[in-house]
Amino acid sequence: MCITSSRQLKQVRKEFLDGDARFEKKVMICCGTGCLANGAQEIVDEFDSILRKKRIKGFTIEAVRSTGCHGFCEQGPLVIIEPRGTFYTKVKVKDVADIIEKSIRSDEVIDKHLYTDPATKQKIERYPDVAFFSHQQRIALRNLGKIAPHNIKDYIANGGYQSLAKVLTTMTPDDVITEVSKSGLRGRGGGGFSAGRKWRSCADVESDTHYVICNGDEGDPGAFMDRSIMEGDPHSVLEGLAIAAYAVGAKEGFVYVRDEYPLAVVHMQKAIEDCRKEGLLGENIFETNFCFDVHIARGAGAFVCGESSALMKSVAGEVGEPRAKYVRSVVKGLHDQPTVLNNVETFANIPIIFEKGADWYAGIGTKKSTGTKVFSLVGKVRNTGLIEVPMGITLRQIIFDIGGGIIDDRPFKAVQTGGPSGGCLPESKLDLPVDFDSLTENGSMMGSGGMIVMDDRTCMVDVAKYFTDFLVKESCGKCVPCREGLYQLHKLLVKISEGRGEESDIDRMEQLSEVIVNASLCGLGQSGPNPLLSTLKYFRDEYTAHIRDKRCPAGVCRELITYNITDECTGCMACISACAYHAITGQKKKVHVIDQEKCTKCGACVAACRFNTIDVR
Amino acid sequence: MVTLTINGKLVRAREGEMLLDAIRREGIEIPATCQHEAVEPYGACRLCTVEITKADWGGWKNHVTSCLYPVQEGLIVSTHSEDVIRIRKTILDLFLARCPNAELIQNMAAEYGITRTSYEEVPDGNDCILCGLCTRVCDKMGFQAISTVGRGHGKEVAPPLGEAPPDCVGCLACAQICPTNYIKFTDDGTTRTIWGREFELVKCETTGQPTITKEFAAYLVKHRNIPEDYFTRCDSAHREELAKTMGRITHWGRQEEA
Repeated sequence: MCITSSRQLKQVRKEFLDGDARFEKKVMICCGTGCLANGAQEIVDEFDSILRKKRIKGFTIEAVRSTGCHGFCEQGPLVIIEPRGTFYTKVKVKDVADIIEKSIRSDEVIDKHLYTDPATKQKIERYPDVAFFSHQQRIALRNLGKIAPHNIKDYIANGGYQSLAKVLTTMTPDDVITEVSKSGLRGRGGGGFSAGRKWRSCADVESDTHYVICNGDEGDPGAFMDRSIMEGDPHSVLEGLAIAAYAVGAKEGFVYVRDEYPLAVVHMQKAIEDCRKEGLLGENIFETNFCFDVHIARGAGAFVCGESSALMKSVAGEVGEPRAKYVRSVVKGLHDQPTVLNNVETFANIPIIFEKGADWYAGIGTKKSTGTKVFSLVGKVRNTGLIEVPMGITLRQIIFDIGGGIIDDRPFKAVQTGGPSGGCLPESKLDLPVDFDSLTENGSMMGSGGMIVMDDRTCMVDVAKYFTDFLVKESCGKCVPCREGLYQLHKLLVKISEGRGEESDIDRMEQLSEVIVNASLCGLGQSGPNPLLSTLKYFRDEYTAHIRDKRCPAGVCRELITYNITDECTGCMACISACAYHAITGQKKKVHVIDQEKCTKCGACVAACRFNTIDVR
Repeated sequence: MVTLTINGKLVRAREGEMLLDAIRREGIEIPATCQHEAVEPYGACRLCTVEITKADWGGWKNHVTSCLYPVQEGLIVSTHSEDVIRIRKTILDLFLARCPNAELIQNMAAEYGITRTSYEEVPDGNDCILCGLCTRVCDKMGFQAISTVGRGHGKEVAPPLGEAPPDCVGCLACAQICPTNYIKFTDDGTTRTIWGREFELVKCETTGQPTITKEFAAYLVKHRNIPEDYFTRCDSAHREELAKTMGRITHWGRQEEA
């Protein structure tokens, strides 16, 4: 059957909701990659096998939904029982029978599966009351965890494709672009360029062929927001892409997904096929003259292919190297045709802008950065996962209210935002309102939204070294400042972290960085020295400690630290069995000793010691 | 035509022309390693970076690679500003750390007063400067036999899977365009070896001189509509035949005049 009108969409929605009305309860099982790795599929299977044998009034296996990522990956696998919103964490296969018996057949809440608030130590029953969720505002992630991503009807039942119908049947392409401009939406891939302006420039180029591309090549270490959206709500991306195609006059679109995201590829492919079947992709969509089809282009995992011009080369089957963008992609992009490229999160925001209006969207966030931003909050923070917050929220609110503060209540040291091209912000910047411009002004950047929290045991020289090494390996290797410059920058950082640094090295690194920033071909090189420059800006004393005192204050750089057992040692022998190199000797109830010759400074003894008597300095 | 200022002098240039061409026409020397008239500009070495501004940019300046930047009306270009010199020196310094023995780089660096790199030498450095001229010329010839392989600091030029390239015809375009003579080949008049593959040479039926490889000849016959027997004669044999023909034509002319 082909859906040809808004009325038919409503019909599909009604049928689906009527079907759902049979169930007194519904179970939402998070089947995002994090929860799947923790056994979510086995939990779904267990529900299936139990419900095959047992009949429950007002409940069948159809009411059990495998949904996309809920975001709170730390606590997975997650099971939510609607309509109450009972929130069970860290569920195991053996718990399923109990959950069916108590929480589905009757209304009992099983305390032991509930989430405990780390601050108040209180058990919380409903997920909207959990601090991790209650401070969020979900727009791009609106459907994640609520719908089954492989079921197009579930998406339509939640208002899906109504925006596309509205755009195609009541608006001109010009109206569409004006509306997007009015919403103030800025590209969520990192640059923060106005989406409306980009679409306008592309639409203005006269050509028989225009292209739209969705960038799903998310490569920042620790970032997984685009992955989760493609896995958990692929239709919203497709709907956004189709609206963009109509606006700029494209007949063909591509979704570029990295092949390391197999589930995203599968769900995206399924979504495209379902759309073709329902007539939402193909010829004369909604009985208008608009024809549009989407293909998946799979990336082979090069970080640089997230750069727009490299991505377009990769789609065209060439080596993924960026080109100089003196002529922009909106004029000469894929196959030298005008091309609009936005990332997954940007497209996921589009349908709701047309559903609720540009003014509604522009009212969220700050004046220059409207709407919300998805962050993947990771590192030394209690609640890790995927969060969506309005722009302008402070780092403190994100890390302490949503993230629940630092693990073990250790002191906060820095937060790294923007992936390898971003920078580290210190404690003094915790009250900084987060938006595109404020982060850039302070030496970091929004990037695609990675946020890595660090405590006092993180060495900033080591952090800069890690990210620079990442970029040395992931640079495309085309231009000299990036390929050779970052390599030499990394060499200097290694030298400092090994205690061979000289006072002049900091100046040398700064001078070299300036050339890399000014002379590199693409954004990767131009922002490549950011991790170094931002740590130098805020943690210069740590560099000096490494160079002048040959000391690593955080106790990380192996060449500069020694492990010693203090006199408070109780002689419990735990560290002796933990040490794989047999470097620790000692007798029961007597102070143990570390043989410095054998010690590899792996830190296993520190982890094993319950009395905190191993001194690292 | 557009008018722009290069180092203080008003200059006219063709629309769509690249800045580097306009600069060189003025007799100003700028180093560039990845630029060659045979292939499209690439922008990899960044040595041709210049500083640009415009009267209405409010003092804002930008650094662009002149090989790729199309000329613009009113552009004010500075080819040897302090910032540009610093960028060029740093790049040559970085190049020397990777290719200390490449003569081209040594000479360019010497012009900017650098004789030894101030950075740590790359342990497995060689003479390849990764300018991409070889792979681009191979693409342009229509073979795509070699390509850059890998990424980051370990990137190199190589045939597929490091094996003898199946699409190579032994035309030597890559070796001839290589500015540092890094691409090696042997040619003993009967066989030619390049990229680990051996090619048999076609010999001239008249002089016995080698012409081109059999694979290259077959390619040109098939794709460029060149007569099959064309390569069985060397250049001097072709010339000789041409001279004879021309001689006959001239002879006829004289007869008619008389």
